[in-house]
Amino acid sequence: MSVPAPAFLPSAADAAAERPVLEVDGIWKKFGEHDVLTDVSLSVRRGQTVCILGPSGSGKSTLLRCVNWLERPDHGHVYLSGQRIGFRPVSELPMSQAELAQIRARIGMVFQHFNLWPHLTVLGNLIEAPIFVQRRLRDEVIAEAETLLDKIDLRDKRDVYPARLSGGQKQRVAIARALAMRPAVLLFDEATSALDPELVGEVLGVMEELAQDGMTMVVVTHEMGFARDAADEIVFLDHGRVVEVAPPEKFFEAPETERARQFLQRYGAAPRAGLARRRSQRGVE
Amino acid sequence: MINEFSIVWAHKERLLVGFGNTVTLSLLATVAALALASPITMALMAQRRPVRALARGLVDGMRCIPFLLLAYIVYYALPTLGIRFDNWTAGLCALVIYNAAYIAEILRGAWASMPREHIEAGLAFGFSGLKLYRRIILPPIVLACMPVLGNQMIQIIKDSAFLTIIAVPELTHEASAIQSMYYVPFAAFVSAVVLYWVLCRLVELAVAGVERRARARR
Repeated sequence: MSVPAPAFLPSAADAAAERPVLEVDGIWKKFGEHDVLTDVSLSVRRGQTVCILGPSGSGKSTLLRCVNWLERPDHGHVYLSGQRIGFRPVSELPMSQAELAQIRARIGMVFQHFNLWPHLTVLGNLIEAPIFVQRRLRDEVIAEAETLLDKIDLRDKRDVYPARLSGGQKQRVAIARALAMRPAVLLFDEATSALDPELVGEVLGVMEELAQDGMTMVVVTHEMGFARDAADEIVFLDHGRVVEVAPPEKFFEAPETERARQFLQRYGAAPRAGLARRRSQRGVE
Repeated sequence: MINEFSIVWAHKERLLVGFGNTVTLSLLATVAALALASPITMALMAQRRPVRALARGLVDGMRCIPFLLLAYIVYYALPTLGIRFDNWTAGLCALVIYNAAYIAEILRGAWASMPREHIEAGLAFGFSGLKLYRRIILPPIVLACMPVLGNQMIQIIKDSAFLTIIAVPELTHEASAIQSMYYVPFAAFVSAVVLYWVLCRLVELAVAGVERRARARR
């Protein structure tokens, strides 16, 4: 299975200024009395794959949802290509729903439970937002969507409704749906956690290829093999705090903190068979 | 009795014209009530409390008024306020307002029980406001409550019979006219009943057809 060259178009300004595509700067989030995120920061440069690891309930998903403002952080800033999310420049007033929507359209998201729109066919799911949110030309969008379907090997499911797909197929469609938006960064929220074990591989395969092709990605996952092979950087979260940030070799071979060591032991961090491509082969450093 | 039916048969054109008017009235009312229900539903689910309260008041108000009384008000009472409709328009308006309230409540229920994930995906992909409602929320909830909406359409057909009291020439009105002219109550009314029954069966069949296709999308 081969996968699309990334459909995103990095702006020239990004490359010139080398400003990270995504910056999370000291965000805090409370649900009632419970501190879910405490002073979390991270930054993702263009073409990087950052994996966020951590035990269940450590705030990983909330962190992702704070990035595109599906959850509103209590404090802290999030920047997409230098533009602050959630607040207008200069006036610092909160953005309207329409302004937020414009920014969200530049951030792709893949959900744990796929969240495909059930009333639309596979093709319909891919073209809905490019046509109605980005207002791109229908013919052009359909042509691009069909190429994406070829790449995820689901061209024959073009006119099928999501209810007729397997979990793995649904998630591949969900990834293609996000790519059809040509996002600046792609967020994966435990994209394989809801899948039967035998279907995990086909989705991880697509994600691996995307990482190799230089898509900018933030991946919340429990798949240690994927993190080890595909990530440029590991961010380890525990109880809502960033405990460790390291390249995968270092994180998996010689973690600095006791918490990380315990975590790796519990999850058994052996590389996945079939995904044993080493980072060195990618020439990314 | 056979004689009675042959009198009705001799005036079948009148009955068929009434039937045609009932069909037209019901179809128009259904389409318009759906269209009107859609913004009311949005108001019922609005963030702002006053908007919600207003919509809730309208919906609950309509559901507590007998339809007959609403038809009287639109046709006989509104002219006092200077608002005057002919009987056709008054009848249609009454049908639309009354049933839009019911349909809005049906759609609100479906929206409230709609999985949060689909809406969230809509938000994450840049939909907001009206566009989110129209493209992401409304289509699946309409599909989800297809059978109940079919029921409501049957209700509209039956409600339209009340409009005989403001002299809208629909099926009941024509049947009643034939019976009073020739004194054939049994044959006239039974004929009308059969025609109503045929119409409602057709609606049920159509809804079942749409429902089969809707199921593929759930």
